[in-house]
Amino acid sequence: MLSAYRPIDCDLHPMVPGMQALTPYMDEFWRDQVTERGITTLDSQSWPIRSPKTIRQDWRGPNGRGAETVGQLQRQSLDRLGTAAGILNPLYGVQLVFNEDMAVAFTRALNDWTRAEWLDRDDRLRASIVLPLQSVEASVAEIERLAGDARFVQVLALVMGENPLGRRQYWPIFEACVRHGLPLGIHAGSAYRHPQTSVGWTSWYLEEYAANQQGFQSTLASLLTEGAFAKYPALKVVLLESGVTWLPSFLWRLQKTWKGVRFEIPWVDRLPAEIIRDQVRLTVQPLDAPEEGNTVERIIDHFRSEEMLLWASDWPHWQFDGDAAIPPGIPERLLPKLMRDNALATYQRLREGAVA
Amino acid sequence: MAKIIVAPVSDLPPGGRRLVEAEGKRIVVFNLGGEFFALSDRCPHQGGSLCAGLVSGHVESSTPGEYRYSRRGEMVRCPWHYWEFDIRTGKSWFDPKRVQLRQYPAHVEPGAALVEGPYLAETFAVRVEDSYVVVEA
Repeated sequence: MLSAYRPIDCDLHPMVPGMQALTPYMDEFWRDQVTERGITTLDSQSWPIRSPKTIRQDWRGPNGRGAETVGQLQRQSLDRLGTAAGILNPLYGVQLVFNEDMAVAFTRALNDWTRAEWLDRDDRLRASIVLPLQSVEASVAEIERLAGDARFVQVLALVMGENPLGRRQYWPIFEACVRHGLPLGIHAGSAYRHPQTSVGWTSWYLEEYAANQQGFQSTLASLLTEGAFAKYPALKVVLLESGVTWLPSFLWRLQKTWKGVRFEIPWVDRLPAEIIRDQVRLTVQPLDAPEEGNTVERIIDHFRSEEMLLWASDWPHWQFDGDAAIPPGIPERLLPKLMRDNALATYQRLREGAVA
Repeated sequence: MAKIIVAPVSDLPPGGRRLVEAEGKRIVVFNLGGEFFALSDRCPHQGGSLCAGLVSGHVESSTPGEYRYSRRGEMVRCPWHYWEFDIRTGKSWFDPKRVQLRQYPAHVEPGAALVEGPYLAETFAVRVEDSYVVVEA
């Protein structure tokens, strides 16, 4: 039973039933706009609700949807697994909206929906502040609007946005994160400002799913090279649903080349892998490794750190069956850190908020 | 330890460099403003010749976007993968403890002190009235 670890679930996805669920959290203008324009949903066509991966089959309601209520989360995950605390990362297409004013209105509504319909209904829950990254100014304002509520423990961006996330235009956001003790959560997914791969648009679900790894690599390289980690050494970055095993080989290449061209980026004044070890964390669901033998243990050895991995169930995405919420192959001695201690070390507000 | 006569001082002006091979070693000698430094010519990474490398300055930064440039002409980069080494110490910048070039003592001696000894200067005659760059290897 996982409850012995008093686990902290770092990646839960409440799913908005439709735009009508968000309109109570909009002002009159945008509420009417949603109705008048017939905006029914922001579900992305790239990740269809009916796709097997999107919602585990036995977690779907009669209408095929799921993850729409706290009750479902409690029954399907929190209570079954004995979760002590869980972090909600809503994914609802608000990042895809091009109209900046509309994007801000919808994102604010999403965050307020999360607070009223989830955080207020279960003390174990915490959440990310979804950022309207269409505007840096609006993103900072959204952080300032919600940071007073200590149940918001992180901010949330998609890994493939308008520009590489380390670009200095985004730094006011990182400054706000540090000011309020909020890690920067970066989740798989695209705002579709560019093709999801650097060689062009993908044709298939599978192709796009696998492309996220490239997005994470490029985003991490951007944060490092632009100097975001150097400028904000207190900033923690959490990669969500990123996969894990690509990191050591990617860092090996990055660090090897840095030895030759580090004069380009003199603010990176120590080994890139050390910086990443200090400031970056990854969630382990899904864990992209074979189950045989000690493969996973050997990969974790490559990290040269036992502090970097955070447990997540990724509810309601179909990553495991039954209650097998810990990916197989992780050595048992690491579980206390993986399931709880690493999350507490990463999330200042979890530590201060007296998690059960 | 052998004394290698590298060149007459007048042939190795400030900013200059000279490769010498002796005793089975390849050694590159730099003149930094009148001071001479001798280093193994073999990059510890994969063996590139430092003598063929770009000589540049040192850049540091205390904050992103700031480039503090100093010590022009005192850093050499391997031509193969651009690893940079401090000519004064032979140490790499990124891992000075583990990655470094071997240093050899280098200094100037008058020709009069050299003509009598069992010294190596195979390609040129040593003249009593000149001074020479000498490396002990």
